[in-house]
Amino acid sequence: MNVRDAAIHDTSQLSLYGQAIPSRILLGTAGYPSPAILSDALRASGVGIVTVSLRREMAGEKTGANFLKLISALGVRVLPNTAGCRTVREAVTTAHMAREVFATDWIKLEVIANDDTLQPDVFGLVEAADILTKDGFKVFPYTTEDLSVAERLQRVGCQVIMPWGAPIGTGRGLVNPAALKSLRAYFPDVTLIIDAGIGTPSHAAQAMELGFDAVLLNTAVAKAADPARMAAAFSAAVTAGRLGYEAGLMLPRDMAVPSTPVAGTPFFDID
Amino acid sequence: MSETMITIILNGKSAPTAARDLNELVANFNAGSNRVATAINGAFVPANARATTMLKDGDRVEILSPRQGG
Repeated sequence: MNVRDAAIHDTSQLSLYGQAIPSRILLGTAGYPSPAILSDALRASGVGIVTVSLRREMAGEKTGANFLKLISALGVRVLPNTAGCRTVREAVTTAHMAREVFATDWIKLEVIANDDTLQPDVFGLVEAADILTKDGFKVFPYTTEDLSVAERLQRVGCQVIMPWGAPIGTGRGLVNPAALKSLRAYFPDVTLIIDAGIGTPSHAAQAMELGFDAVLLNTAVAKAADPARMAAAFSAAVTAGRLGYEAGLMLPRDMAVPSTPVAGTPFFDID
Repeated sequence: MSETMITIILNGKSAPTAARDLNELVANFNAGSNRVATAINGAFVPANARATTMLKDGDRVEILSPRQGG
């Protein structure tokens, strides 16, 4: 094994609520052109966790069973969401329904405040996280970059916190990197996942360079011209960003510093 | 034997039904072979409580199943 291989293989492993996870990408399963393309993208990304949802079943249909079969065949862990829930009660009920159907106590908790921004209702979020944690759930709250909200989420028992990079589906990347940096610095021991807003592999790399533990994305892969290829691109970007973070990034400076030694510069008079 | 019909709101739509309890409703809905979760009037009803959960006129019933999600 050469040095480069060693570095890649030594990349520390992600752990979520005590479970070792093989990849630092969590991938959404919505919006792919077909189930086959979804499967290809999941395989290409090497993800260990996919997000799923619950929706109204049609009488006589087996849509849900068919989707579950497809996901089961891929051998990935599912993280059900409460997407679309606007109140604490809706989110809590949906979480309980998801726990039964998907047989997992993990829940990606979304309490949405506003249709245009899909901004989390952080007050409802904290309240729902508290209720669900007491009900035995392992909560993955979708939140903003607000530090005090993160603190409250941690206080009610969330071991993982998922701040947005940008509003869901916008692909604008990390719009408030300074606040995200503060969040990382303030919670060195909490698992932080950038959820939503990631549009390009470089956004994912940036999140990893800032020291975030993982990224959760959907649209950037699902809506790519070639989702499997994009999933592979994100996988490479996340590995690169994480390695960079672990290797220790240089600090930027305002003024130039020559990288070639100054001593012995030719055509230069010393006196 | 006359069946008493009631009208419930099933997945957001008005629906007449002869089902007396939630278990019966789910069985009629998809032959009972699918993975679904249920709620009545906004509250979760676990699978093992469906048979003892009686339906009333005007109940809002949700029958949900796994879907793609972000």
